[in-house]
Amino acid sequence: MQLITGMEKNHMDDQNNKFEYFTCPIPLPRSKEVTIGHGSGGSLTKSLIESVFLKHFSNPILNLGNDFADIIPKESLSNFRIITSTDAHVVSPIFFPGGDIGRLAVAGTINDISMSGGIPKFLTATFIIEEGFSIDQLDQIAVSMKLCAEEAQVVIVAGDTKVVEKGKADRIFISTTGIGFVLKGVKINGASALPGDSVIISGTIGDHGIAVLAARNELGFSTTITSDVAPLNHLIQTAIEAAPNIHVLRDPTRGGVATTLNEIALQSNVTIVLDETKLPIHNQVQGACDILGFDPLYVANEGKVILIVPEIEEGALLDALHQHSLGKDAIKIGTVEKAMNNPLVLMKTIIGGTRIVDMLTGEMLPRIC
Amino acid sequence: MISKNKYQDRTLVQRAIQEIKDTVTQKWSIMEICGGQTHAFMHYGLNDLLPEEIELIHGPGCPVCVTSLELVDKAIAIASHEEVIFTSYGDMLRVPGSEKDLFSVRASGGDVRVVYSPIEALRIAHQNPDKQVVFFGIGFETTAPANAISVIKAREQGLDNFSMLVSHVRVPPAIHAILSSPMNKVQAFLAAGHVCAVMGLKEYKPIAEKYKIPITATGFEPLDLMLGILQTVRMLENDQHQVKNAYPRAVKYEGNIQAQTIISETFIECDRQWRGIGLIPMSGWKLRPEFQTFDAEFRFKVDHIQTRESEVCISGLILQGQKKPFECPAFREICTPQNPLGATMVSSEGACAAYYRYGKESYG
Amino acid sequence: MCLGIPGKIKEIFEINNIKMGKVDYSGVEVEVCLEATPEAKVDEYVIVHAGFSISRLSEDEANETLTLLQEIDEMNQKEHNQ
Repeated sequence: MQLITGMEKNHMDDQNNKFEYFTCPIPLPRSKEVTIGHGSGGSLTKSLIESVFLKHFSNPILNLGNDFADIIPKESLSNFRIITSTDAHVVSPIFFPGGDIGRLAVAGTINDISMSGGIPKFLTATFIIEEGFSIDQLDQIAVSMKLCAEEAQVVIVAGDTKVVEKGKADRIFISTTGIGFVLKGVKINGASALPGDSVIISGTIGDHGIAVLAARNELGFSTTITSDVAPLNHLIQTAIEAAPNIHVLRDPTRGGVATTLNEIALQSNVTIVLDETKLPIHNQVQGACDILGFDPLYVANEGKVILIVPEIEEGALLDALHQHSLGKDAIKIGTVEKAMNNPLVLMKTIIGGTRIVDMLTGEMLPRIC
Repeated sequence: MISKNKYQDRTLVQRAIQEIKDTVTQKWSIMEICGGQTHAFMHYGLNDLLPEEIELIHGPGCPVCVTSLELVDKAIAIASHEEVIFTSYGDMLRVPGSEKDLFSVRASGGDVRVVYSPIEALRIAHQNPDKQVVFFGIGFETTAPANAISVIKAREQGLDNFSMLVSHVRVPPAIHAILSSPMNKVQAFLAAGHVCAVMGLKEYKPIAEKYKIPITATGFEPLDLMLGILQTVRMLENDQHQVKNAYPRAVKYEGNIQAQTIISETFIECDRQWRGIGLIPMSGWKLRPEFQTFDAEFRFKVDHIQTRESEVCISGLILQGQKKPFECPAFREICTPQNPLGATMVSSEGACAAYYRYGKESYG
Repeated sequence: MCLGIPGKIKEIFEINNIKMGKVDYSGVEVEVCLEATPEAKVDEYVIVHAGFSISRLSEDEANETLTLLQEIDEMNQKEHNQ
């Protein structure tokens, strides 16, 4: 049998492409780069999974080595509902100040589950890797994912790895799916905002998008801003304990705070009025947005949550958030009002005028999450 | 030093607005030339704070909006060449050509890249010696120094794989065209502060005198705009037709002489088609003959362009201040930022895009 | 496109015989071409547009903008006293 590895494939012409599905039966020593063989399902794949993923994600469910994850939840389904969510991550660059694609993939899905008011418990992860990707970098990403999962007390219980030819993926794409549980009586969702509610954000806006853009190094600007990427589940449980009647939770990722609030206004059929003087924005984020012509309201966040609560619980909620490391800059940025002709988001500007805040139209910052 | 916050101070802005209210005794129609001013009025919600007597008319100062359809089509044709890396400001990517836009050239595999400055395009040319790098040099006088310097440096560095598709337009001839139109209702102008920072105010004096129109150069912060309107309204109420500078921290009467020298070394005046408006004589700049090799139109010989405009789009009337975006039947219905019929809906400074994003007709 | 904001020059240098500067906006540093404002010095403010400085900012003349408001105050004061 002809010995063909992924590396040699580069030298073959198209007629020989049919050989790409054969794998070499002789185990090779650990290479520095991911090859097509690593995605074939054979011994190379096993070796990659063991030396990278199992090494860092090790847990009793994953270690069983089945094609499925057998989960015995502690939560009783007579009291809890199941929440699930999935997300794909294609961020470029894959390493940026404050995080990387691995941390983003884990935190992103944990946060989506948490927005139900529920507790995320289990994650699955799928990796699509471009041939030639550095195994050291893959290891770094796996460590990052493990640390983020530990921070959130979430377990990665199943995964999959595929390798594609050079040029068919940009280095690495990761998709994660999460499972969590929420108490049956809890009804936190985008359609629950009511006139009179207070709109609170857990911290500064626009950090992630600007950090990623600066890291691309294409625009000749540098900042010390770091991405805010973080798992928010503990912050949210703290919030719910302090303000049990929270109506809406949502994390303003792609499209920023403006797009997220528009979605909520539409779902709840309300008008949301924001106070521009209260928006928490780092000077550097504002500076970068001024230079680029962006509005921070449309820049992605990966470690922030919008909380909409009855006004009466606003004080207790803010106090609780301020005690938590991820919520120290939490602030009320607006109120919910009855919808007029159409549900929308309005801004009371810094000089006392009013403008409409629309959803993001078009592409502002590509591939920031 | 100069704190931006001073020019965004609510108390100062409200005082200026009150003073405008106390000064004005009749209706006045004032045109703000520049898309950046339009955007600023809407972003800060200043329109609603002005007294009803003041009507703001949005001018043609959006270079993306006025770039001729023919040049957009030429850009698309050049970008479709395999050996070309086509670089442009982001807004131009979605401007509709006769058949498609630059974004769809990229989607079909063309190498079209967004840059924030022509210096980046020079860098790309250095890094890709086997490719032809073309920069779409649109803009008013504000971007002319940048484009001129880039071409000069390309020549100095012997960068023979770099060229520029030039579409410069000049403000003063546009003002002449607007004021000489029988449909004109503009009684005063707010001149664009950054155009004036480059060119100074001297070109506006003969216009103010000929048409008996007050002209005030303004900045873009709320206080700058309100003080600009205040100075303008005072002139209107007192029947004065001068050119005033409400942005003295950035604008000098003579402008930036060095920048003007660089521009005149590189560009020469020419006739220009303004999309939606038509030909305005001597309203543009093109590269001087000695820079012809850096002129993308010359390098790529893109002729036989058949242009076809949307029959529905009334961008031209909007750019001349004769109609407002919400008076267009397509506005918000079939014409949206995701599916623009004309350039005024594409550009972040276009009046239609501004009204779509900030427009008050959808609430209250 | 008219977007031009004032930034402070922190450093001046040359790349490929082009005069460049590192300009600071609230802590963000951008590379800017200074060819159109050759007399601009470190610690001065410039208006930057599309990566190029187009004008030097003048502190004295910045204050001139605000004298208009002072005039308004004086006028209002006069009317009040009458």
